[in-house]
Amino acid sequence: MDDIFGIPAPLLFGQLLLGLINGAFYALLSLGLAVIFGMLNVINFAHGAQFMMGAFVAWMLLEYAGLNYWWALILAPLLVGVFGVILERTMIARLYKLDHLYGLLLTFGLGLIIEGIFRNQYGSSGLPYRIPPQLSGAWDLGFMYMPVYRGWVVAVAVVMCIGTWLVIEKTKIGSYLRASTENAALVQAFGINVPRLMTLTYGAGVALAAFAGVLAAPIYSVNPQMGSNLIIIVFAVVVIGGMGSILGSVITGFGLGIIEGLTKVFYPEASATVIFVVMAIVLLARPAGLFGRA
Amino acid sequence: MSRIDRRALLGATAGAAALGVLPGRRARAQAANTIRIGVMNDQSGPYRDIGGPNGVMMAQIAAQEFGNGRGFNIEVIGADHQNRPDVGVNIARQWYDQGVDMILDVPTSSVGLAVNSVAREKNKVYINVGAATADLTGPQCSPNTAHWVYDTYMLAKSTGGAMVRAGGDSWFFITADYAFGHALERDTTAFVRANGGRVAGGVRYPFPATSDFSSFLVQAQASRAKVIGFANAGADTINCIKQAAEFGITRRGTKLAALLMFIADVHALGLESAQGLVMTESFYWDLDDRTRAFSRRVQPRLNNRAMPNMVTAGNYSATLHYLKAVADIGVAASKVSGIEVMNRMKGLPVEDEAFGRGTLRQDGRMMVPSYLFEVKSPAESRGPWDYLKLLQTTAADEAWRPLSEGGCPFVRT
Repeated sequence: MDDIFGIPAPLLFGQLLLGLINGAFYALLSLGLAVIFGMLNVINFAHGAQFMMGAFVAWMLLEYAGLNYWWALILAPLLVGVFGVILERTMIARLYKLDHLYGLLLTFGLGLIIEGIFRNQYGSSGLPYRIPPQLSGAWDLGFMYMPVYRGWVVAVAVVMCIGTWLVIEKTKIGSYLRASTENAALVQAFGINVPRLMTLTYGAGVALAAFAGVLAAPIYSVNPQMGSNLIIIVFAVVVIGGMGSILGSVITGFGLGIIEGLTKVFYPEASATVIFVVMAIVLLARPAGLFGRA
Repeated sequence: MSRIDRRALLGATAGAAALGVLPGRRARAQAANTIRIGVMNDQSGPYRDIGGPNGVMMAQIAAQEFGNGRGFNIEVIGADHQNRPDVGVNIARQWYDQGVDMILDVPTSSVGLAVNSVAREKNKVYINVGAATADLTGPQCSPNTAHWVYDTYMLAKSTGGAMVRAGGDSWFFITADYAFGHALERDTTAFVRANGGRVAGGVRYPFPATSDFSSFLVQAQASRAKVIGFANAGADTINCIKQAAEFGITRRGTKLAALLMFIADVHALGLESAQGLVMTESFYWDLDDRTRAFSRRVQPRLNNRAMPNMVTAGNYSATLHYLKAVADIGVAASKVSGIEVMNRMKGLPVEDEAFGRGTLRQDGRMMVPSYLFEVKSPAESRGPWDYLKLLQTTAADEAWRPLSEGGCPFVRT
């Protein structure tokens, strides 16, 4: 058996694959953040809480309405997306003209409140949510045992990322969006309802977070803290990719998942820090991020 | 960045709220006649369901049952230490300086050890219930401190010993990288080796920033160890067990050892995922008629109608025992010297509905039997909270680290 840096090659391949799977979550979450930041100029610190809400809504749909995972995959993002629309209409929209910092503080506070409400209601140790029967089981890849569900997560994440990119870059509504970030007043003068466009964009970004939450529910403990564990890493991903760059956040998400996966083999103690080391280096060399425009 | 910021914000709020409960300069005579108990634990993070608000409530229940009619008043307050030693030390200093006589609970070993030195410095009473590290009655023991319901040695001996006897003679550890994880790994390793087993490897992962354990589980499997030992707690243990099932690790014959598990964790995992795991506790609500009666009596007052667990029941038991000692030596003497109260606590037999009879040893170790349980299958369970079946009981004098091996400096053996 060949060794690479003292690690057996099969084990290393396995770790690369696992890194890619975690990267799928980073990519999905940072995608939503990048969309919101790119279009609205709001740093959405409530993103982790909205991710958590997605997982909780999936659990509630099963527990109270008897609707399974597949329904949750559609309904949870819709419901949480509507919640996002209400937040945007009632609160966030008032801050567009102010400095980024206000939006950050508001969404940060909203995130804490949402987390606190769920913690009060459901406790901190979490709720059980099972892998849907159609996706349970695993493939034996020879070098490792690959759960079907994790393969599904990567596939869905890739489809979602490409889909979002296509909508923004190739469709008419995407071109309106891009135009209104450049010059909202001019776009409005052409008769396009820019505030409504902003609202829908925020709702869509939040729905993406909730979608990732539903994907995460069968793998991670569904608990109120589940978002705050991920969100800091995801922010680093967005910063490294370049604030607001959709392609950048997707590629960086997958890439950093792999870097983190390798760190877990070679020096596990640093696996939570390595992403921030990369962030510091990237910021020094390219302050606008890898794919950002200076 | 933000995790620290948000927790600092929470802490400031919680600290202010906790201090707000203390009366300012109200009637000094009354203050001198009031015993104040401060319950410090995790109210907002991963260990909230182990103690948290229910831990405070159980101390309040004990205080109410003990009653105010013994010539002094009792006041119970709570605060959130957010699992951070610096926050815990600050609250402890403020509390002790402002008239709190006893600090209770303090889960998370790093915080538990930090508060230990504050109590000694101020000569107050400190009863740790929620933290696991056996160092509290070992190298870091203090004449002001008691350690109530469990520790890493007792868990390692019971769960670890049982796994090795069942044939699990090679181990791989997945360890939370802080004081608690290290202590649990160290104590379990000693038992594995003493029983003829070996340690094939291990990883230490950053706490609390890790939620995906698949990488470590795959490494554990590659080591070909027969047992994967989880030296962690709470949501981390839950994620480990969930993901081990996902990666088919148990189906291939590898055994999982959740070295510290609480009934709240079983509740969160669901019996489908948790069945067959073995775990060690010193209290279970369904142990006998006494614990059943006790648990049914207190359950309606707890958040989410949770059953009392080892730690919340421990808060009840410790509060009651402390108050007995205070009543015995008098409030004035109790306020002068924490060591005096502690010595009296060591002289009195521990007796309450939750734990039955126990003794408080010279080094601060509370001695009760430990119980090895297996998690029931969904078919065996009759409903919510009916989760465990008793496998084995270890007598109080066998369950804990012998006094002579602890290395406690002030104890002469």
